[in-house]
Amino acid sequence: MEPLAAKYIGAGLACIGMGATAIGVANVFGQFLVGALRNPSAAGGERNTLFLGFALAEAFGIFSLLIALLLLFVL
Amino acid sequence: MVANPIEQFEIHPIFRIANIAGHEIYFTNSGAYMLAAVVLTAALMLGPTAARRLVPSRMQSVAELSYEFITNMIRSAAGEHGLKFFPLVFSLFMFVLFANIVGLVPYTFSVTSQIVITAALALLVFFTVIIHGFWQHGLHFLKLFAPSGVPILILPMIVIIEILSFFARPISHSVRLFANILAGHITLKLVAGFVVAIGSLGAFGWLAATLPLVFTVALFALELLVAFLQAYVFAILTCIYLNDSLHPSH
Repeated sequence: MEPLAAKYIGAGLACIGMGATAIGVANVFGQFLVGALRNPSAAGGERNTLFLGFALAEAFGIFSLLIALLLLFVL
Repeated sequence: MVANPIEQFEIHPIFRIANIAGHEIYFTNSGAYMLAAVVLTAALMLGPTAARRLVPSRMQSVAELSYEFITNMIRSAAGEHGLKFFPLVFSLFMFVLFANIVGLVPYTFSVTSQIVITAALALLVFFTVIIHGFWQHGLHFLKLFAPSGVPILILPMIVIIEILSFFARPISHSVRLFANILAGHITLKLVAGFVVAIGSLGAFGWLAATLPLVFTVALFALELLVAFLQAYVFAILTCIYLNDSLHPSH
């Protein structure tokens, strides 16, 4: 197999991580909604935690996107 | 053709400062935008608050709000004792926030998209935690690695995991900020490149190019959110790490 082909396959494989992150981020917001609809009065105070969780979960998808971009454009 | 999305991260020298031990020291565009972030922060914090009005003007309340925002963040994540680190956390937050936002202006350079900058900031926090922890608690700081209430049989394994995760912190702390900004800018440039590439196809291209154009605007809004959110996450993780050096025995 040519090295260039392996590079593109690797970049594609790295993007699987972004799919997993989509599940994670959806979980963060989904669970927040479940909790918020059960106890709407407590929901407002947890909005900072929500965005912290979102940013922490999203970061891992960004890591895999970074690997894909590095493979495509830098290496 | 689509422009090279990596080009925007290149560092260009602006003028030469000195030659120290055979190394050429330049003032680069990176340094210029770091300076811009510092100047903007100083202008926001010093300018409107100079009058010290009891009923604040609009810009003064922005400065006061950001001050209160960080105070509350430190208080909730690191407790009252954490407030002595307010200057560190506040300057980190404001620097990262302004560097992110200045970098979003078209044709500018994003300082936080360079791993060397974010790694330096993360290592600053890392060594502050270690030095303050040992200075304040002596060898009791090492209790950080041995959580209380763990059965003695699995304690060695827990200690190894805790030590590893402690030393992985500066890596994840710096890469999170750097990768978010880098990937965001590359995505923006790629999608904006589609507008040009599709638009050059003629009348039908003009019509079809509206789709990536709308997407670019939406992405830009997301990037504004990310610019603030990553500064917030960087600051709150700093607070959480500092909490370990303030209260090492969980």
